[in-house]
Amino acid sequence: MPLPELKFDKTKCAKCKVISCLVKCQYMDFKDKDKAKKEWHKLINGEDSSVLEACTTCYACEEYCPYGNHPFYLIVERQEEKGILPAPRPTITMWINQCQPVGRFLVGKIEERALSYCFLPQFNTLVKGKLFDGIALSVIFGQEFFCNAVYLHYAKASVIKDRLPKIVENIKNQGIKELVCLHDECYGTFTSLAPAYGIDMPFKPIHYYEYLYGRLKELKDLIKPLNIKAAYQRNCSARLCPETDHYVDDIFGLLGVERVKRKYDRENALCCAEIFRMAKGPALADDVQKRNIDDMVKFGAEYCIFNCPACWDSLAHRVVKQGIKPIHMIDLCKLAIGEEQALRLPELAAEV
Amino acid sequence: MTTTSALYDSLVKIVGKDFVSDQKEERYFYARDGGLMPPHEPDFVVMPKTTEEVQEIVKLANKEKVPLVPKGAGLALTGLVIPQRGGIVLDMKRMDRILEVNEKARYVVVEAGVTQGVLKSYLQKHHPHLRHSIPDSPPVATIVANAVIHGQGRLSQQHGFNSDMVSGLEVVLPTGELCRIGSCSVSSYWFSKGPPLPDLSGLFLGWFGTTGIITRLGLKLYPCKKMRDVMVFLTDKAELVPDILLKLSHTEMIEDVVVSAAPLPLRFKGTFWIMAYITGDSDEELEFKRKMVWDALWKYFESRDLGFLSVSPDMKAPLMSMPSKDTSRFADVSKGGGFQYAGPITPIEKFPAFIKKLEEVAAKYNVFYASTTRLIGAGHCMMFSFSFSFNRANADEMARAKKALYECSKFALEEGGVLWKADIYEQKLMMDKMDPNTLVLMKKIKQLLDPNGIMNPGNWEAK
Repeated sequence: MPLPELKFDKTKCAKCKVISCLVKCQYMDFKDKDKAKKEWHKLINGEDSSVLEACTTCYACEEYCPYGNHPFYLIVERQEEKGILPAPRPTITMWINQCQPVGRFLVGKIEERALSYCFLPQFNTLVKGKLFDGIALSVIFGQEFFCNAVYLHYAKASVIKDRLPKIVENIKNQGIKELVCLHDECYGTFTSLAPAYGIDMPFKPIHYYEYLYGRLKELKDLIKPLNIKAAYQRNCSARLCPETDHYVDDIFGLLGVERVKRKYDRENALCCAEIFRMAKGPALADDVQKRNIDDMVKFGAEYCIFNCPACWDSLAHRVVKQGIKPIHMIDLCKLAIGEEQALRLPELAAEV
Repeated sequence: MTTTSALYDSLVKIVGKDFVSDQKEERYFYARDGGLMPPHEPDFVVMPKTTEEVQEIVKLANKEKVPLVPKGAGLALTGLVIPQRGGIVLDMKRMDRILEVNEKARYVVVEAGVTQGVLKSYLQKHHPHLRHSIPDSPPVATIVANAVIHGQGRLSQQHGFNSDMVSGLEVVLPTGELCRIGSCSVSSYWFSKGPPLPDLSGLFLGWFGTTGIITRLGLKLYPCKKMRDVMVFLTDKAELVPDILLKLSHTEMIEDVVVSAAPLPLRFKGTFWIMAYITGDSDEELEFKRKMVWDALWKYFESRDLGFLSVSPDMKAPLMSMPSKDTSRFADVSKGGGFQYAGPITPIEKFPAFIKKLEEVAAKYNVFYASTTRLIGAGHCMMFSFSFSFNRANADEMARAKKALYECSKFALEEGGVLWKADIYEQKLMMDKMDPNTLVLMKKIKQLLDPNGIMNPGNWEAK
């Protein structure tokens, strides 16, 4: 069966006056719009472009494009076509092998509405308490349900195209009608990546922020306002589903959390940058992480709210060193309804 | 000759009846280890408490010409404490005192039954700024046995074999005399196993208990930094590994370097994981060392042949544990608890050839494999393990694992390696290849020290 093809509309780019995909890029210098246009057209036409080597795979251009024309997916396609390695080859091999489906269906007591843990064991720790009453056992986890979007970081669109249709089929075969995606990379995959490749969704993906917001409204009598100032740590895959960002404000509003108006939030967010370390080495990663955390400090954040467990792994111990308390969004909601934080600070350099 | 019953009575007289057994249960247990060597039962198991008791037992065994096999935890897996000719197994576990820690000269003196786990805990509690080189054997492995087999551990990249870290010995000779080796022979301090004296420790280390019984051992301790971290690099090119190891050791910043290779779990498939451990007293020190490591390997990272893996705390915890639990996990991959490895000590340039051989042999004999390589010294050599797991209930699988191991051992020897903690078959392979004059020297030493050939017979038996 042929692999699905990216639905990319050249004419939209031809008409585009803003070239936001490159002009807004935080890692490449394309302030000159004409230069950006030229470079982007080289890329569209399959010519060599500096973008292919310089791209950090932060996903942000997916959000910047005013036409939803999937500039980042095109970059990934072109990188793969030209054999450009955004990360060292062994790292890519490791990722491809690690997440390979092996026929082990790790499922709970599945109902029509289910939770997706993606391939992230941290959700086993996080999913507890009243927020998940009635759904906590309806869980899928592991390679057979893994969205595979991570290969966007590694110029391996082919792996996504090969595996994703089977993953979607696996989820459907569980009889799931609504899938609450606890990792928003899965949500972004099902609502952005899959449609971009013409893959139909036989179930309804629900972002877990939407789910949490709904549950919090149901549990509103239990909510005690937290009255805290928090920095929100947007993750790379949030760029695939920017339409869900308002739930952060909605949830914070319910919980009495002030989202500090800092430089590196919303469209201008900096990701956790750990992918940069693996792809480009420590200098860029260290710089991005430092700028991000300094920004949290500067704007008086008491807490750093994480969406993605991988960001948590990368940054939680770093924000603590700056006096900021790290907490996952699910745990933040738990705190407000009188439950305990489950995902705790990782031990970094373990004692001898 | 004394009757078995009389011998039993004599042993009871020395250590008390609770610490001598000729019962089937004990004889069964002490007849075997976790590896592939066939079992052989002892006649007696004895557990002495003091050096004086050890002396008495040795004198008795020497007089009666009864084989005597000193035993730690029996974890070598190569049958080194299987009593090949019966006799007495001397289980040293009751000699479990930590006698002295000299903080200023950084050494500890332990009795022969002190385990790695106990010493680690003791130092953490009482001397948290000191540590020893912990091997990746289970915590019940003893300090003395590990030194006797020339084990390696977490500090081997910096300080060589764990036996290089020995700072003195007390030995009961096969004829019963008590002998001190090193600085402790002329001083109350145990800071050196030899220099500036003639280094007599070589008469006992590496001899697998065939030349005497170590009752006390001095071990060098090292600074224990407040923090540790591990940096994980990956490559899919075996031929690059030797140079990567050299570059890492060139930094002189690394605590330990280990390379893992295995087809499963899937994340290991197709890549070699190079783990560089660093330590520091501050974030700044750790960060500086991380930078040194990155700088050392940047060329390979830039060429995309070497990857770096940011590991989550969940993944990092098992990598950081001392000892590593990976060995125990691997030991039960095939279910049934069988595990053995050939671990030749070899120049690091042999890594690509050894990996190739491991994969070939595993395929040929259809056995599950893994390999762990530990850098010893500043690139001076490495321990490369050809590891196979097997189900003990499956005789065919055990036979295939055994053939695979011996083929790997022969190969390693042909390639210029030297077999580590060799079983009696492998010892013969090495003695066949050994410089004849060296072999004669070994024989002379053995005859001089153990004229009646009572000590761990079957091992290092030069014809």
